[in-house]
Amino acid sequence: MTVAELCKQAGFKAEVLPDPDREISGVYIGDLLSWVMGRANSGDVWITIMSNNNILAVASLADTACILVAEDVALESELLKTAEEKGINVLLTDKSIYDAAVTISKLI
Amino acid sequence: MSEALKFHFDVDGTDFTSAGQASVQIKKNLRQLGIAPDIIRRVSIAMYEGEINMVIHAGGGEADVTVTEDCIEISLRDHGPGIKNIEQAMQEGFSTATDTIRTLGFGAGMGLPNMKRYTDDIQITSEIGKGTDIVMRVNLK
Ligand SMILES: Nc1ncnc2c1ncn2[C@@H]1O[C@H](COP(=O)(O)OP(=O)(O)OP(=O)(O)O)[C@@H](O)[C@H]1O
Ligand SMILES: [Mg+2]
Repeated sequence: MTVAELCKQAGFKAEVLPDPDREISGVYIGDLLSWVMGRANSGDVWITIMSNNNILAVASLADTACILVAEDVALESELLKTAEEKGINVLLTDKSIYDAAVTISKLI
Repeated sequence: MSEALKFHFDVDGTDFTSAGQASVQIKKNLRQLGIAPDIIRRVSIAMYEGEINMVIHAGGGEADVTVTEDCIEISLRDHGPGIKNIEQAMQEGFSTATDTIRTLGFGAGMGLPNMKRYTDDIQITSEIGKGTDIVMRVNLK
């Protein structure tokens, strides 16, 4: 399943979607950046409540398929602009981290 | 490629939010060189952790990446406070990060362990009050 398909089927909001056809291979959940760096797999949906600029470098270098910011955490327009420039998919949902993960689990 | 390719970066120690730029740039450079994706991922993760450490713990520094036929070498130098006990610092979960840093998502004490995990060799030399030198190598063969 691609990130664009996931958005549609799960009802996640695509805040920026520069790479809509990126394939999803799994899910990783975490807010501690170097933990995510070390453990997330390439192609994962990364679910987090972190919203500072550093998440973009982490997503890019760990090569996750997208960042899914849960719990309706507010995202600054500056972050979204940088994500677009760097080609990083950023999704938003008002679901809890758990509900978001369960939703994805039913789809992939 | 018979000649070694070298990339140099000055890592700004004042800006946490844009930290990681050198690693993001290296990822691009390695991609252009046609290096395998899993190698690129290992190099850029290890370098990012080292780069962030220089920003958070040492007030910035310098990074050099050398690509040869056999390996990619990442060399990081800073003039920060140094690491008191390297063995302890290498342990998962050990961190001296402040609360402010932790609110940004750093301070899990996983950076150095990640650097070890994702490279084939890591050499750390550090002197209190002088700075820290880290050389990491990822083999291409
Ligand atoms: N360049 C450096 N200069 C001085 N001290 C350092 C340097 N790099 C690491 N350290 C010390 O080693 C500790 C462990 O580093 P490590 O990268 O593993 O964890 P962290 O940076 O605290 O947290 P994380 O990397 O998980 O965000 C740091 O908390 C710090 O005390
Ligand atoms: Mg660190």
